[in-house]
Amino acid sequence: MTPILALRDVAVSLGGRRRWLRPSVPPVQAVRGVSLDLAEGEILGVVGESGCGKTTLGRTILGLQRESRGEIRLDGTVVSGLDPRAARRARNAVHYVHQDAAASLDPWWSIGRTLEEALVVQGLRDAAERRARIDEVLAAVGLDASARPRYPHEFSGGQLRRVALARILALRPRVVILDEPTSGLDMSVQAMVLNLLAELRRRYGLTYVFISHDLSVVRRFCDRVAIMYLGRVVELASATEVFAQPRHPYTRALLAASPSLASETRPRAPVPPGEPPSAARLPPGCAFSPRCPHAQPRCREVDPALEQDGRGENACLRWREIAGADDPAMQPA
Amino acid sequence: MAAPVLEVQALRVAIRGDEGLARILDHVAFRLETGRILGVVGESGCGKSTLIRAILGILPRGAQIGGGRVMFEGEDLLAFSEAELNRQVRGSRISFIPQDPYLALNPVFTVGAQLLETMRRHRPGTRQDHRAELVRLLRRVQLPDAEAALDRYPHQFSGGQRQRLLIAAALACAPRLVVADEPTTALDVTTQQQILLLLRELVEETGVSMLFVTHDLGVVAELCDDLCVIYAGQSVETGPARAVLNSPMHPYTRALLACHPDRSEGFTGIPGAVPLPLRAPPGCRFAPRCPEARQACPARTSHPRAAAPGRAVDCILYDPVPVEAVP
Amino acid sequence: MLVLRKFLRDIPAVLGAVIVLGVVLLAIFGPWIAPYPEDASASHLLRRLRPPSAAFPFGTDNLGRDIFSRVILGARGALKVSLAVVGAAMAIGVPLGLVAGYGRGILSEAIMRVTDVFLALPQLILALALAQLMGPSVESAMLALALTYWPFFTRIVHTETQRLRNALFVDALQGIGASTPRILFLHILPNILSPIIVRATIGLGFTILVAAVLGFLGMGATPPDPDWGLAVAQSRGYLPNAWWFATFPGLAILVAVLGFNLLGDGLRDLVDPRLRRSR
Repeated sequence: MTPILALRDVAVSLGGRRRWLRPSVPPVQAVRGVSLDLAEGEILGVVGESGCGKTTLGRTILGLQRESRGEIRLDGTVVSGLDPRAARRARNAVHYVHQDAAASLDPWWSIGRTLEEALVVQGLRDAAERRARIDEVLAAVGLDASARPRYPHEFSGGQLRRVALARILALRPRVVILDEPTSGLDMSVQAMVLNLLAELRRRYGLTYVFISHDLSVVRRFCDRVAIMYLGRVVELASATEVFAQPRHPYTRALLAASPSLASETRPRAPVPPGEPPSAARLPPGCAFSPRCPHAQPRCREVDPALEQDGRGENACLRWREIAGADDPAMQPA
Repeated sequence: MAAPVLEVQALRVAIRGDEGLARILDHVAFRLETGRILGVVGESGCGKSTLIRAILGILPRGAQIGGGRVMFEGEDLLAFSEAELNRQVRGSRISFIPQDPYLALNPVFTVGAQLLETMRRHRPGTRQDHRAELVRLLRRVQLPDAEAALDRYPHQFSGGQRQRLLIAAALACAPRLVVADEPTTALDVTTQQQILLLLRELVEETGVSMLFVTHDLGVVAELCDDLCVIYAGQSVETGPARAVLNSPMHPYTRALLACHPDRSEGFTGIPGAVPLPLRAPPGCRFAPRCPEARQACPARTSHPRAAAPGRAVDCILYDPVPVEAVP
Repeated sequence: MLVLRKFLRDIPAVLGAVIVLGVVLLAIFGPWIAPYPEDASASHLLRRLRPPSAAFPFGTDNLGRDIFSRVILGARGALKVSLAVVGAAMAIGVPLGLVAGYGRGILSEAIMRVTDVFLALPQLILALALAQLMGPSVESAMLALALTYWPFFTRIVHTETQRLRNALFVDALQGIGASTPRILFLHILPNILSPIIVRATIGLGFTILVAAVLGFLGMGATPPDPDWGLAVAQSRGYLPNAWWFATFPGLAILVAVLGFNLLGDGLRDLVDPRLRRSR
């Protein structure tokens, strides 16, 4: 089956600017060669720490950020290599929900007007049809029509996420990129938002790219997980596999570091020292090698690519040795 | 049981605003024993920051203490004057680690100048002594290149490093109590874990007590000895962290834990919303959302009961004689 | 409602609002309020330079006209000039600021450099030069003032637009495919309306003052218009005996300018995000 969305070696550089009579700013490699396939109807978690390029990747898939290299296919059709406007038109089946729902709505526009605008922009001429569709999506996200004349500041954080979702749903997307959809929400609200997202996926047959840094949520919610570090996907496998048997040392570190209610029972890998280096000054070889407890001299020379590891893919030169050392079957009792 | 470092007793705080009197804290009670870490957990709007402000004596204008005491080493902090707090308590015996390390440091002064300033005010000794002590502390919090760090400016450090600086600053005057306001929320998970481990070690080494305010139950599970759960300005449950997380007793604690992705089966959430302090329901504030609410809940006055060893729950279910209104 | 209550607590601003309202009412209903509306152009040589009395509360001028009536009748001219000037300045300055603030290219650089050049020119000097060129008249004064006032709007709008260009809601609009004019005029413009209104209010007062100065220098309104600045200029030959001749038109200028400035300051405090807690 053709994947609904396919990325091949996509790279994005940000911010490079040559300026007149002033020192030029070198570009930052925010995404460095990402290949992904997204099957229709799945939820792909994209996980990593700040600066790993997960938001840039999301904006590139959407078309707001231009890829500097690589190919993006939507339903088998190439939609990369276009200028931003054309790219956005070609990728109209993809939509994006911002992390900060409150800031993504114009404070001067009522909710009803904001929702209607999205449809006007998309060229839906019939006012009655627009109204019907808005009522439908508002109901779908659990708000009623009384929300329409109200303004963003009158809503709570959880309700604003619903409004932002409704705005996107009205456009009939097939792929929705959710940027940190639960960050900043209280636990009880977060659970309801996730519940809603699961229900909307069933109802509208959506495919999600779920960008998050919260491993507990990703573990519960996603089908597959891509772990990113400094612009690269370092591990890609089903959520069950990634959490049960992390292969890449960075994944292990991330799992060890993420706070969990089951903290006393869970095996602990050491937390890596230091912080991720800036994407503007990448270390040679494997980007994680300076912090990696398993790093060897060759790790600092060779930048590993993703390779099949039986249950998914990972990008570590030594994953076989590391996995072998941890495997209880291979240890003396 | 040894005398607690900090004991908050039936604290009530209201703030008068444009729209009326907001009863932000409505009966908060907990105790923090020497050398332990107490996690204060609550959702946004539960009054966590007002609680911190009450303890540090920096309540905003218009705030009224409606009752209760904040006992710190046997003295009621609420009875202290501003000058006494400055001279005897703030910065010296109680120090503070803020949530956002980006905002807590003045960008135009070197970190050394800023940290030494506090020490000069609260600690005897010469500038050389202070500097040596500070470098020792910066090494202890694993700040790379501690000696040179003093002459650098805040923007030259990463978020994690800045948080380490502020931890060193908080410990610089050998306080008895450290109040930490979500110090790891702005950090990435690996950095957060480093900071949590560091805090744990420092508490064990120095014997300082720590009040750790957070909304993240996972962080509490990692770090805290004891736990106090706050809902809408009422402390609903206190006790050893492990025991509370494993067998929550108050209906709110149970519902909150059931929302955590590590625990929940489906994602249900708690129906309804946290009430605004301006329009808080009478009696138990969780009653309108509580699956176990009784008719008597709105009439019940807050009173925590010892429900198990070391644990206190403020709920009608645990009152000694269940007051059931039988028609 | 909260906004209104906050505004009413600011006494200088309320005073300013009352004055501005008064000026506007005089401008509209002046000919019906003034005791001698015909004194806009008529002259009565038999009652020249009378001191204030019950019949002529502000006295009469060198042509025997009632100064009280002429102060009232002058409000319309002053307001008309300042509204036209500020309106024209906004019409030029606001779109330029929007375009310059939203784009990043050569065009926006060019707009801002031209703006800076105009900002550097002293307003009065340019106005005098233009008036010389085109002959003294109200129209040339207005044109000169409009040409020197638009850069203030461009500056403000540019700064605010640049701030909003990176706002998430603009990003979200680009995400759903909204066009640039739609984002600029339907979303960014309403969001930056309050600083524009504040600037415009202060600008109205300022323009009244500069127009009066031009009138005083003989480069603006021409006799026999009931212009405040012109009246002050004409009174110079009759000072200090006919003190009322200069005083009352001068006071009219002072009060009107003060009113617009107080109102503008009050509005600025009201919309200043640092002072705004909730809407």
